[in-house]
Amino acid sequence: MEVYGTKLTSRLLLGTSQYPSPAILADAVKAAGSDVVTVSLRRESGVERAGQGFWSLIRSLGVKVLPNTAGCHTAKEAVATAQMAREVFGTPWIKLEVIGNHDTLQPDPFALVEAAGILSRDGFQVFPYTTDDLIVAEKLVEAGCQVLMPWGAPIGSGKGLNNRFALRSMRAHFPDVPLVVDAGIGLPSHAADAMELGYDAILLNTAVAKAGDPVRMAKAFRHAVEAGRLAFEADPMEPRDMAAPSTPVLGTAFRS
Amino acid sequence: MKIIVNGQPVETGARSLAALLEELGYGGIVVATAVNGDFTPAARRAETELKDGDQIEVLAPMQGG
Repeated sequence: MEVYGTKLTSRLLLGTSQYPSPAILADAVKAAGSDVVTVSLRRESGVERAGQGFWSLIRSLGVKVLPNTAGCHTAKEAVATAQMAREVFGTPWIKLEVIGNHDTLQPDPFALVEAAGILSRDGFQVFPYTTDDLIVAEKLVEAGCQVLMPWGAPIGSGKGLNNRFALRSMRAHFPDVPLVVDAGIGLPSHAADAMELGYDAILLNTAVAKAGDPVRMAKAFRHAVEAGRLAFEADPMEPRDMAAPSTPVLGTAFRS
Repeated sequence: MKIIVNGQPVETGARSLAALLEELGYGGIVVATAVNGDFTPAARRAETELKDGDQIEVLAPMQGG
């Protein structure tokens, strides 16, 4: 797939948070086959310097980074965080998150569209974390976004695709915009489901990081995303209500 | 002069953002800065003068989803 003119070999984008150890994170990224990982910015202590080791680990993996604006609740905070991320990570890519509700971590669509416009005009390549609302999506595209990242379910919930109908509508409505299901994926079958709907990629974190064996789960997601994509390209059959024999009926024995 | 760095009160004699970062041990490491909510690029830290009550953010790469 291609986003903002950059070709990606993997359709699985992986978050870097909540792993049991840095070594397991590194192994999980390799097992997932991901060439994009999400990262963030947090307050750094001049004494502990916790971020520096993490950053050198990520650089050693040879992957592209997609910085996020997680934790931002206003367009102003998100814009400032994006500008800081661009300087630190040296990329115009930004996963734009503007959170509207503490419990659901639901995006604030109004602030999201506002920030997306400001950042796009400033040369950023914005990956907006959004809902499955078509009108919000249209406004994001008008604001300059060339990729859309609707949620499957609330972040960290692992519930899969809460509203398949809305996600199908979005795919139909934006046939030429790369669509990434971001958030809510809990199982490889959820990821395969989204890919079978024609989604271009999956972005997930918790489902791998919080698995008992994150490296094995990363591998499972890699296969699921590839399987789902192959299935979509193979043009699946239409489901039907009645049975239809798969074995030929003609020549069946004991029938007059 | 009393300022706030990453949410904590700090008493400093540093007059510029660059001097403050040196004083607090950030010299030579990868960080991004904001003053009173606005991004301040690394290239402007030396010329960014601090005043009493300024709110400084010093951020570094961290795990994210």
